[in-house]
Amino acid sequence: MTAIAAYDPLATAGTWRRSRAKIGVYAVLGIFAAWYLLPLIVLILNSFRPLPEIAENGLIWFPRSFEFTAWGQAWSTFCIGGTCEGMQRNFWNSLAMTVPATIISTAFGAVNGYILSKWRFRGSEWLFGAMTLGVFMPGQVALMPWAFILGNLGLTNTVGGLVLVHTVQGISFTTLFCRNYYLSIPDDLIKAARIDGAGFWRIFRKIILPLSPPILIVTVIWQFTGIWNEFLYAVVFSSGRQQPITAALIALSTNGTNVRNYDVMSAAVLIGALPPLLIYFFGGRYFIRGLTQGAVK
Amino acid sequence: MASLTVRNLSKSYGAVEVLKGIDLEAQTGEFVVLVGPSGCGKSTLLAMIAGLETITSGEIAIGGRVVNNVPPKDRDIAMVFQSYALYPTMTVRQNITFGMESRGVPRAEQDAAVKRVSALLKIDQLLNRKPSQLSGGQRQRVAMGRALVRDPLLFLFDEPLSNLDAKLRVEMRTEIKKLYKTLGKTTVYVTHDQVEAMTLASRIAVMHQGRLQQFAEPHTVYERPANMFVAGFMGSPSMNFLPAETVAGETGPMLALLNGKGRTLLPLPAATADRIGPGRKVVLGVRPEHLTRPDPGRPPKAALGRIDVQVEVVEPTGAETIVVVKVGDREVVARFEPDSAPREGETAALAVDMGRACLFDPETERLI
Repeated sequence: MTAIAAYDPLATAGTWRRSRAKIGVYAVLGIFAAWYLLPLIVLILNSFRPLPEIAENGLIWFPRSFEFTAWGQAWSTFCIGGTCEGMQRNFWNSLAMTVPATIISTAFGAVNGYILSKWRFRGSEWLFGAMTLGVFMPGQVALMPWAFILGNLGLTNTVGGLVLVHTVQGISFTTLFCRNYYLSIPDDLIKAARIDGAGFWRIFRKIILPLSPPILIVTVIWQFTGIWNEFLYAVVFSSGRQQPITAALIALSTNGTNVRNYDVMSAAVLIGALPPLLIYFFGGRYFIRGLTQGAVK
Repeated sequence: MASLTVRNLSKSYGAVEVLKGIDLEAQTGEFVVLVGPSGCGKSTLLAMIAGLETITSGEIAIGGRVVNNVPPKDRDIAMVFQSYALYPTMTVRQNITFGMESRGVPRAEQDAAVKRVSALLKIDQLLNRKPSQLSGGQRQRVAMGRALVRDPLLFLFDEPLSNLDAKLRVEMRTEIKKLYKTLGKTTVYVTHDQVEAMTLASRIAVMHQGRLQQFAEPHTVYERPANMFVAGFMGSPSMNFLPAETVAGETGPMLALLNGKGRTLLPLPAATADRIGPGRKVVLGVRPEHLTRPDPGRPPKAALGRIDVQVEVVEPTGAETIVVVKVGDREVVARFEPDSAPREGETAALAVDMGRACLFDPETERLI
C-alpha cells in the first residue's frame, strides 16, 4: 500500500469551494437529465399544440393552448396509406403481438430454466450455452430463415407470425434469466420434495413457481418492452393494416402530402411509447429488485 | 432383521472414485452413525441410500428389497437435511403435509398426523408460520417433523445439527436421542462430529477417503480402534502416537519408546505380548485420559508404566485441564482433573495405563 493521505475536497475545502463544487455537480447532472428528457418534453408539448401554432412558433415552444384534437386524430381518424383509421389498429396489433409473445416466451423460459438448473443431464450445460448464443445473435441473422418458415406456415403478414417470431427469439433471454435465478434456489429443496413424493411438475408448481415472482417480473418487463419496441421484424414481416405500431410510425412520416402534421405525429409517437413507459413507471422498481435479489433469504 | 443392507457399494464421478466397496447394515431399530472428515464420502453414501445419487456398482436393500433402481419416493424413507430444506413459501403445516398431499393421503388423516407430530416436537404453536419467521432450532424441529410424519422404514439424517450454535446443538442432540428412544426407528445419521457419533449411535461407521474404516459399537471404536485413522479421529483431544519397539525384558517382553533421548521401558499387557515377539517396531497409542499422576496410595497395577515428562503448556477448561507435555522429543497431550494437573515447566512422572493402550503396525497402521 502506498501511503497517500485521503483527500476529500468536500470535507477539507472552505464553504465557498464546497458549495461551488456542489453547484458544479448538480449542474452537470442536470444537463444530462435534461438532455435525455428534452425530446420527451418537446413531444408531449407538441402533441397538445394546434398545428398552426407549431407552424408559427416552430417545434420547440411552449403551447399557448392545450388541445386534445391531435390525440384523437392520431388514435382514430388520421389517414395513413389510404385508410383513415389512425393508429388504433396498429396499437391493438402491437398489443395482440406483445402480450401473447411475452407470456409464452416467459413460460417457456421458466420451464427451461427449471430444467437447466435443477434437472441437469448430460450435455445440458452445452445446450444452455447454445441457447444463450441467441441472446447475442443480431436479429438480422434470423431474417431469412424466418421468412422461409413464416412463408411455409402461411403466417406471412399476420400478427400470429410475429407472435411466433418474438416468442422463439425471446426464449434465449427468458431461459438465461430464469436459469440463473433458479440456481440460487437450494438443490436440497428439490431433493426433499422428491423424497416427499413430488414429481417434475408438482415441484415446479408448488416450490419453484411460488419463489419466482421477482424473476418473472423482470422477464415480463424485459420481454414486453423489447417486443413492443422491436422494429426490424415488424417492418420486414408485416405491412399495412397488419403492422405493429412501431412499423406504422414510418408510414406516418411518408403519407404523401407535403404537410407535416407535427401535432399528430407527436401524439402517435407517444401512443406508441406509452405502454413501455407505463411499464417502466410502475414496474421499474421491481425490475431492479428482481435482478439483485436472490430466491431464498 | 436388517432394515438396511449395503453390499460392496462403489460410486465414481468419471475417473474419481468417491466410495470404494462399502459394506454396511442397520438392524431394525438400530441407530447407525456415519462419521468421518469432510470429503470422506459419508454424505454421498446417504444420498445413495435415499436414491438421490445413482449407484456405480454394488447393491442397496431397504427392508430386504433391493432399491438400486427405485426412485426416492418409493423407498419408504424420510430425510432431514443439513440446510433443513424447508419449503420457503409454505407454512410449517404445509411443509409437514406436503409429502402426504403428494401421496394423496386423505385430509382427516393428514390433520391427525400433523397433530401427533407437532405435539411430539412441541411445534404446535408454529404451524401457521413461514420458515423465515422461525429460529434455527425451530426450523430444525420442523424439518424433523416433516420426516417423522411419514412413519417410514428408515430415517436418514444428513448433518442435522451442524447449522446450530454450540449450545443448541447439544440440546438438540439430547432431543434426538430421546426421540429415538421413544420411537425406536431405524436411523442412519451422518455427522463429522465424533461426539455426536459417540453419544447417539448404536453402531458407528467411521469413513475415510471413500472407505469404511471400522463399523462397530461406540465403545469398541473408542477402546479398540481398527487403525490409526480411527484412533486419531475419535476422541478429543486425539490419541497420542509414540513410536516404540518391543524388547525382551527381565520378566518378559517390554516396550521401549523410541523418543530420541534416554530409554523408557513400559510393560506390555500380557494379551498383547503373546501376539508379538521382541524386536518389532510398533506405534504406541495412548489416550490423554490414560496418562495420570501415579497414586502412591494404591498398589500399582501390573500394566502401569511410568514415564518422565516435561510440562510445556497447561490449558484449564474448567471441568478438566488439558496438559501438553514432552516425552523426549515428542509432544504428548494428557487430560487431568483440575486439582491434580501439573504446573507449567514442572518435570513430572506420569503413569501410563498400558492395559488400555493400543499398539499399531507402523506400516499398515492397523491395530495389532
